[in-house]
Amino acid sequence: MKQENILEVKNLKVKFPVAGGILLRKVAEVKAVDGVSLELRRGETLGLVGESGCGKSTIGKAVINILKFSSPDVDISGEVWLKTEEGEVNLLSLSRNEMRKYRGQIQMIFQDPYSSLNSRMTVGQIIEEPLLYHTKMNKDERNERVAWLLEKVGLQAEQSKRYPHEFSGGQRQRIGIARALSTNPKIIIADEPVSALDVSIQAQVINLMQELQKEFDLSIVFIAHDLSVVEHISSRIAVMYLGNIAESGPGSDIYHKPIHPYSKALLSAVPLPNPKLKNKERIILTGDVPTPMNKPSGCGFRTRCPIAKPECADSVPVLELKLPDHYAACPYVSGN
Amino acid sequence: MENKKLVEVKNLRTYFFVEATDKQITEHTENFDEKLNALYAGDKYLKGKVPAKAVDGVSFDIFEGEVLGIVGESGSGKSVTAYSITRLIPDPPGKIVGGEVIFKGKDLLKLSFDEMKDYRGKEIAMIFQEPMTSLNPVMKIGDQIIEVLLKHEKISKEEAFKKAVNMLEQVGIPAAEKRMKDYPHQFSGGMRQRVMIAMALSCHPALLIADEPTTALDVTIQAQIIELMLRLKKERKEAAILLITHNLGVVAETCDRVIVMYGGKIQEVADADSIFENPLHPYTEGLMSSLPDPDKPKQLLQAIPGIIPHILELPKGCKFATRCTKVFDKCWETEPDLIEKGKSHFVRCHLHG
Repeated sequence: MKQENILEVKNLKVKFPVAGGILLRKVAEVKAVDGVSLELRRGETLGLVGESGCGKSTIGKAVINILKFSSPDVDISGEVWLKTEEGEVNLLSLSRNEMRKYRGQIQMIFQDPYSSLNSRMTVGQIIEEPLLYHTKMNKDERNERVAWLLEKVGLQAEQSKRYPHEFSGGQRQRIGIARALSTNPKIIIADEPVSALDVSIQAQVINLMQELQKEFDLSIVFIAHDLSVVEHISSRIAVMYLGNIAESGPGSDIYHKPIHPYSKALLSAVPLPNPKLKNKERIILTGDVPTPMNKPSGCGFRTRCPIAKPECADSVPVLELKLPDHYAACPYVSGN
Repeated sequence: MENKKLVEVKNLRTYFFVEATDKQITEHTENFDEKLNALYAGDKYLKGKVPAKAVDGVSFDIFEGEVLGIVGESGSGKSVTAYSITRLIPDPPGKIVGGEVIFKGKDLLKLSFDEMKDYRGKEIAMIFQEPMTSLNPVMKIGDQIIEVLLKHEKISKEEAFKKAVNMLEQVGIPAAEKRMKDYPHQFSGGMRQRVMIAMALSCHPALLIADEPTTALDVTIQAQIIELMLRLKKERKEAAILLITHNLGVVAETCDRVIVMYGGKIQEVADADSIFENPLHPYTEGLMSSLPDPDKPKQLLQAIPGIIPHILELPKGCKFATRCTKVFDKCWETEPDLIEKGKSHFVRCHLHG
């Protein structure tokens, strides 16, 4: 049964200005996200994968409106519909003040556990801070909640008096998770939450996120570049390339039977921890990812695509249904 | 193994001297051997400091023509081991306090600073994780490669130029002659790593040390660089590669033999097939099972519990005891030896002693 959507992104476009000349006027723009539509279903994990510069992190930041308020020069268009108890609301249309009401419902976890925690605040203060803005709890209630959250993420309540530098990377990521959970969010945007961690710690944090997801009925957007991790945690995956979605569908289908030539190449490039597969056939893409500034016309992937045709330069391919719930933006491939 | 030994590392010990509390000083200085005592007596800088044993008695061989991998998590000592071979340990706070690194019959640790210079770049070359920080940002990349060639080989500038272009072509840089005039920032991350490899291989080193060479790169670019390294290795039958990484996928794809490090010690050594199919050390097993396996039904990952202890608080016995699921009394008291279990498969664990 298809779950209802809790978040819908419609035709999101994000353009960054490029300043140049002596007067630093806007001379060009970078289309970091170029018309992306996504849906996040209640209780699921949606994996967003792609290489650096594909726009996956920008989507995360645009959705929770950090981008709009922190960088006014950025041109954002499209819609981001959040389902709340009082009905649907387009987050992109809100003012800073109006957004405050919803910020507690949609929270973010960041990649770098070293720079995303204020080093001059105690862990208790860090986790308490969102409670000050988004709830009407008094001091005792807040302290109780901080202690409870710390234990939920596998730390001890007594550690709330310590500072971030006294913790290891994995523990800091747990603190980031506790902070994100403090306001009882419905949605978590996790931007590369385990990429900076060692393998053994990575597994701990992934397990923790999955346990918390069940307990708190969270819907998660999991942004990452490590495909086996994304496959493990996600129910659905969207593969991005240069600001567009190349393919989206059920996680294991994308991993085991990718359709789009880019997803195929991306998956065959992942080194597998099995020496027996050393000589498996792999598609080695030639060249680098073009920068979003000089994006090729038509299909963004055509300059590296093994099956590119001259027609690919003419128009941007749209996502087509190839298999049940499985879409790919390439007219020359089929799901079979 | 039929191949000749290229490098013999014997009982290598590299310590970093760090400031410590009085309690730590009494704890960590009571078991000093003569050598350490002498070192402390002769050096004022070391007063009030204790040695953090980043690499503590590591012995292994590198054979001609092989790719040897060192894996382990941050703080395991894998990079310090590699940097000790080229003697690139910052002193202070670091010091190689013991051991030998025999390279082609000579102990590199006994060479003078100037003598060592003749080895670095010529006999032993290194590539690093972040190519931007290891290339000179204000020097054309062509000039950087030519500089290496002129330093180590008796050739003219023109010959060096030709050779540099040839190297760039070999590592797959398009329009190589034109790109000789470009600066590092004009290259993408993957291309910079290719330049680094070209520079490292320009003098035909017998040993290439690669420290996390693909970690900063995207997956499709990583695949290109791995393919390049394997192709170049095939072309140079005698040269060996020492690959430091935490990515087990990269290890499986490239390495012939693997060393697993934890807490400054080698915990397991075997050929790549045995390490992945039949890991003996609980730490190696834990590393393997904490990776998600897309071919298995979804369940929670088998994570290794806990975190790597602070280097001054490693347990007295087995260094992995605090996180091991199979730990028993003996593990806390005495540290197991690295013993041979099966053909060229070594493990440091009481379960196998």
